[in-house]
Amino acid sequence: MEIDVSNHGLVPKHTKISDAEKEKFLSSHSLSLRDLPKILITDPAIVCINVKAGDVIKIERVSMTAGTAVYYRVVVNG
Amino acid sequence: MTGAMMRPQFVSKRIKAIRFGVLSPKIIKDMAAAKIVTPELYDREGYPVDGGLMDTRLGVIDPGLVCKTDGLKLKDTLGHFGYIELARPVVHIKYVRQILDLLKSTCKICGRVLIPDENAKKYHGILARVGEEEGFEARRRRVKAIVDKYKKKDQCPHCEAKQEKLRIEKPYNFYEGEIRLSPIEVRARLEKIPDEDLLVFGFAVGFRPEWVILTILAIPPVTMRPSITLESGERSEDDLTHKLGDIVRINQRLFENINAGAPEVIIEDLWDLLQYHVTTFFDNEVPQLPPARHRGGQVLKTLVNRISSKEGRIRHNLAGKRTDFSARTVISPDPMIELNEVGVPQSMAMTLTVPERVTEWNKQYLRSFVENGSKKYPGANYVIKADGRRKAVTEETKEEILNELAIGYIVERHLVNGDVALFNRQPSLHRMSMMCHKVKILSGRTFRLNPAVCNPYNADFDGDEMNLHVPQTEEARAEARILMLVETQMISPRYGLSVVGCIHDGITGNYLLTKELVLSHPEAVDLLYSCGVNDLSRLPHKEKIDGKEVFSALLPEDFQFSGKDKNGNEVEIVNGQLKSGCMDKANLGQESGLMLRNLYERYGAEIAADFLGKVSKLGIAVLTRRGFSIGISDLDLTKETDDEIRAVLEKAEQESMKIIEQYTTGKLEVLPGRSMQETMELRILEALNRARNKSGDLAMRQNKESAAIIMAKCGARGNALNIAQMAAVVGQQALRGRRIDHGYANRTLPYFKQGDVSPKARGFVRNNFKTGLTPYEFFFGAMTGRDALMDTALRTPKSGYLYRRLSNAMQDLKASYDGTVRDASGRVVQFSYGEDGLDVSKTQNGVIDVKRIIAQVLGGAQ
Repeated sequence: MEIDVSNHGLVPKHTKISDAEKEKFLSSHSLSLRDLPKILITDPAIVCINVKAGDVIKIERVSMTAGTAVYYRVVVNG
Repeated sequence: MTGAMMRPQFVSKRIKAIRFGVLSPKIIKDMAAAKIVTPELYDREGYPVDGGLMDTRLGVIDPGLVCKTDGLKLKDTLGHFGYIELARPVVHIKYVRQILDLLKSTCKICGRVLIPDENAKKYHGILARVGEEEGFEARRRRVKAIVDKYKKKDQCPHCEAKQEKLRIEKPYNFYEGEIRLSPIEVRARLEKIPDEDLLVFGFAVGFRPEWVILTILAIPPVTMRPSITLESGERSEDDLTHKLGDIVRINQRLFENINAGAPEVIIEDLWDLLQYHVTTFFDNEVPQLPPARHRGGQVLKTLVNRISSKEGRIRHNLAGKRTDFSARTVISPDPMIELNEVGVPQSMAMTLTVPERVTEWNKQYLRSFVENGSKKYPGANYVIKADGRRKAVTEETKEEILNELAIGYIVERHLVNGDVALFNRQPSLHRMSMMCHKVKILSGRTFRLNPAVCNPYNADFDGDEMNLHVPQTEEARAEARILMLVETQMISPRYGLSVVGCIHDGITGNYLLTKELVLSHPEAVDLLYSCGVNDLSRLPHKEKIDGKEVFSALLPEDFQFSGKDKNGNEVEIVNGQLKSGCMDKANLGQESGLMLRNLYERYGAEIAADFLGKVSKLGIAVLTRRGFSIGISDLDLTKETDDEIRAVLEKAEQESMKIIEQYTTGKLEVLPGRSMQETMELRILEALNRARNKSGDLAMRQNKESAAIIMAKCGARGNALNIAQMAAVVGQQALRGRRIDHGYANRTLPYFKQGDVSPKARGFVRNNFKTGLTPYEFFFGAMTGRDALMDTALRTPKSGYLYRRLSNAMQDLKASYDGTVRDASGRVVQFSYGEDGLDVSKTQNGVIDVKRIIAQVLGGAQ
């Protein structure tokens, strides 16, 4: 049984960013995918959105200091 | 210390890897520079004997002698290994466990490992995988598990020979059944194990297990066991040399006895003795073995002792570093020195030196130090010549040095006022634990520091000691001054407020001054002058001067500030004049001081620190002139307040009794998620605590000022609760957040009736500290006191270790230029520092007050 956790109040919003956005994001921060924090492809928060290894996930979290904070993680195979 | 003068040496070779392992007899022989054959050390002339343990081929430790192997002199030669041939092989004590494992898991006849061939492949695969995934240790454990499985079978799967039970008699005797295996037999068995089978055990390729049975012993170079010459001219050899002498001597005797065909018993005895000496040469702390001793009974320090434990090479010499030009002593307070100064005892200043290079311009100045010599205070201890040679300044050499002192020489002069030094108190938990101070030479034997900087160091004066380091190069001094000086560290990177501020009398004095004092003109001048203000032009020219005006004389003329004081009243500073409100902890105190924070932002570190120093002194000066002391009568309540407090307590007790009655009749309204009893307990606790807080407020607000109350009001020391406990009521004692409820059956003390849940029977202290406590009240206080003591004693080390792990884990994270936080390899940890991207030390208590900034900017334009 698979449960979609994305509706749960404590799970922040996970979205996949497009390849164009991804390129722009990586170059603006002079990052390579290697430098990004990772997220497993089997992570419950992203199993319900269609992703593959190498995609970048944008996470909008509720932050104590900044209200909402944006975080990025790269999808990796287990 | 000579590092500054040494040229950097470039090395073209680099260590790529270090391999640890066992030396083969062949390697020992090949790398040896000499074969040692005699236990004699020196001949009659005192020269090292050839073939002895101090053979010059093994390196030299005497000046004048030359190493025969590399032709270098003392200190240049690194030394060379030698070897001795053992008459009979002995077991290497550090490999006994591995030998036993090998013997147990291999066949006594064919030497094959006791795993059937058909399974061997499978296990190889498993082991390779385990080794790869979980590391070497896990592989070792797996081998053990596999071999254990087959060890129980008493038949070899290869040659079908019956296997005997092997055991070890500590420390190094192997038995098969009842028969002892000599090292020769053990060695023979190890030799039989084929290379392929060894791989199963995870040994390195090329390793042979028989090497751990020593037939040849490597003799360490002379340079790692130097002898010392005593005052009497006698030589005292190193412990290792003693031990090696024993080995060589016994070895010799064993050889002779074997050659002479002595009885087997004698040879066995000598062999055992040789085994003992070789064992203790490696490790003199083997259980079951008596440690080898000197003649005097002192235990020898052999190889393992040199390396292991806290005093060993690793923890003492490699991990623990010591430094020159440092000092440590007790600290004591001195409010009259500046914030960024440290008082250094003169006796220390005469040992701590600063190297200063002689130039055309400072020659005369430096000469004066040399002229004083090393015994008179601002003197010099050493002079370093242009060629790098160091000369001690003494009465005898003084004249000579003065004559030759030329440009390019370096004079190591005593520490003087104005030199910089790093000051530190352990535990160094944050960067403010080590700050740069300017030295001030004082008499006495303790370090003196301004009490205002106690906070960042977390120091007090109940016997604390602190360390001082004197930077030795211009670069180090510049770095310390610019990056570490106290005022540069004022604003905490943790909460964005000043970590230093006025304390105690500094706050009380300013509070009184700005609140109520009116001074005559001469008094005001005296006050300001005594705290280091000599520009008195800002003092108004009138007979009576308000305290606020005196305080304002310290403020910069264009300073604007508006805020609130501790009690929520408006504080208004317009054009450097304090218009309303009074100065207290909220604006001057450490870890709060908002006005201080604003001053820092507007005028910079130096002015803020200078202001703080002056304000502190002003406060203290005010108190010394006005007089300020506390006494019992400070806690006397006015009639009205006393009545009010009595009424409050009376009401609270009645309320409690009502709750208890409701509880016993079962009419109590139960709180969600609680039982009836819990509800009662909570409500009583709440009612009594409310009463205590109320009486505290009443005591503070009564129509009478006293020293204790003033201090609590302005935040210098104490709070409303302290006042309440002393003057009104000590209040409910609580253990782990509940009223006291353990002790005897159904009661806390035998004094009470069983089942009594009234306030006084459950730890409510109705009296105050001034009137005194009843015995049972005192006992309740002691209970909570003990509990609190336990709690702190248990919590401090835990939280300390937690913090240490945290700071070690995060120590090399840094905020990069694009705002991301990255680790040492450039991986992103946060995309914006702290998620909001704020540098906390640029904020005020974590917030940027945009309105205030706008007001400041517009205010300036108007």
